[in-house]
Amino acid sequence: MALADARAICPELASRPADLVQEAAALNALRRWAGRYAPMVARDGSDGLIADITGVPHLFGGEDALREDLHARLDRAGLAAQSGIAESRGAAHALARHGGGILPEGALAKGLAHLPVTALRIDDGTAQALVRMGLRRIGDLAGQPRAPLARRFGPGLVLRLDQALGLQPEPVSPEGEPPHFGVRMSLPEPIGLQDDVMAALTRLLERLSAKLAAQRRGARRLRLELQRVDRETATVEIGLARPMRDPGRIAALFARGVDEIEAGFGIEALRLVAHVTEAMAPEQIGGPQGGPSPEDALADLFSRIGNRLGFDRVLRLLPAHSSIPERSFLVAPAAYSTAQGAPPRQGPERPLVLFPPEPALTHGMTRPGQPPASFRWRRMAFTTLRATGPERIAPEWWFDDPNWRTGLRDYWRVETAQGPRLWLFHTPQAPGWQVQGEFA
Amino acid sequence: MPPETARPASPRPAPADPFTLRPARVHEAEGRGKRAFALFQAARHPGPVIWILPGHLPELPMLRGLPEGVGPRLHLLRPGSEVDLLWSAEEALRSPAPGLVIAEPEKELSLTAGRRLQLAAEGGRTTGLMLIREGQGSNAAETRWRCDPQAAQGRDSTPQAWQLIKNKSGTCQDWCVNWNGATAAFHMVSEACERHKPAQAAP
Repeated sequence: MALADARAICPELASRPADLVQEAAALNALRRWAGRYAPMVARDGSDGLIADITGVPHLFGGEDALREDLHARLDRAGLAAQSGIAESRGAAHALARHGGGILPEGALAKGLAHLPVTALRIDDGTAQALVRMGLRRIGDLAGQPRAPLARRFGPGLVLRLDQALGLQPEPVSPEGEPPHFGVRMSLPEPIGLQDDVMAALTRLLERLSAKLAAQRRGARRLRLELQRVDRETATVEIGLARPMRDPGRIAALFARGVDEIEAGFGIEALRLVAHVTEAMAPEQIGGPQGGPSPEDALADLFSRIGNRLGFDRVLRLLPAHSSIPERSFLVAPAAYSTAQGAPPRQGPERPLVLFPPEPALTHGMTRPGQPPASFRWRRMAFTTLRATGPERIAPEWWFDDPNWRTGLRDYWRVETAQGPRLWLFHTPQAPGWQVQGEFA
Repeated sequence: MPPETARPASPRPAPADPFTLRPARVHEAEGRGKRAFALFQAARHPGPVIWILPGHLPELPMLRGLPEGVGPRLHLLRPGSEVDLLWSAEEALRSPAPGLVIAEPEKELSLTAGRRLQLAAEGGRTTGLMLIREGQGSNAAETRWRCDPQAAQGRDSTPQAWQLIKNKSGTCQDWCVNWNGATAAFHMVSEACERHKPAQAAP
């Protein structure tokens, strides 16, 4: 039904856009909770759960008691739910969506007979065709000869019917839990000394790195939560320049954070979570001389520096496809990029050092098409000795850069009599000279 | 004479080459051409190069203009304050990973700071080069260089005046060198020659 039709029928209808991601997350949470009733629980469509409770009901005092317990708990949580218990998965699905209840053993065919054929998990086209033929209920369908049904509606309908009636097995396949990289430790006596915290952390890290190694993951960010006696929680978080699971090297990074926390009356529990992990294949550790390998040593250095300065201040230059000098390279965080080969040195020379354009004062003494004979820049006077150029660079029209609003630029390499070799450009469309770089 | 400090990975100081920085020590460079000198040294040191420049500085090395092979090895650190800059320089020197650590402190290096950097360099066996402002170096530096680009007489010449103005284990000297910023190769301009004569290759 379209929303306009629904509004016409019920003017005071309140509508909200569906948030499918949140709904799926909520259903997943419910699935984990439902693990209390059965070892094998799976999501069934976008709005249902299916649990294989074989051998379980007597623990709750029978199927009735189990279902009552389930409904009571869901009611308390404010959730309206329908449930059905039956011998086969198809029958339970049909029952839960059409009134709910419990079908005792051996009463499948009788219990399902009065349900409409749409309860069989068949597509709408098949259901409509069945209704057009007068087969409205599952009971009508079950009495029909199988061969004509299969020939007319395909094997899907017969399979669903057999699954509902328990003639075809249909197991419940529970979803695997995503691995959780967290470890905790409770202490019999509160601790307060830094050495004690580090010792506890070392033990936690050993367990965590075993977990990570089993899943072939490496931690990228770690959080240490220290629960104090007065119910306060202190948190230390560190980042790593590359995925890592070496307890000793990670512990060294925590030392600074642990040094700063306030222990109060003591710490009674620690929890360590690697909340950001990345795939990390087993690799050779150690360098040629027994120490850490050069890459590891550099990654350790960047981790130490990144945790104090921030990882956005540990940078690396990457080539980019642009002839605009400022955009001919990217300055990217070193922890989240890999080094790339430098672009080949071809074409006109480029300066060693680049900076935002700074005006060169020429006092109007310029000849057209020639760099100024003398100019002032950064309060210093320069005389042009020799100039190489011009190299014309046009702005990228598909990219509106405010610095390039002045239009074309004619770049010159200007050797000054004072020594410095500068990269000057002239903007013919807005006459003026600017200095943008310095050569060797 | 302190014990032999050369790492196996670092180039052995060739007696004919006066621009080899003594390994595992901190050196200083000043003058207008200090960045060119630093990149010249970066091209001559194998392994990762770490360049620490203050976060507010507008100047950045341009990837396409860097000497051959330096671009992929170059890492920039841009600390926000002078204390962070010195701290990260010390950390980088203390680590054995980098081949050369270049830092640009903005204030005068105190004797304590200079000595700490020197100890860190000895600990990590890493060479450091501080690009200081004129006369703001520390007494602990192993060598200090004054680097100035010179006006060229010929078209394809890029002369640099590199003066060794402080040397803890040797004498001071001046050189005029042709270095064009493309590779680690350089041409020594003969001292006896007049400037207008063509530059000669170093022996």
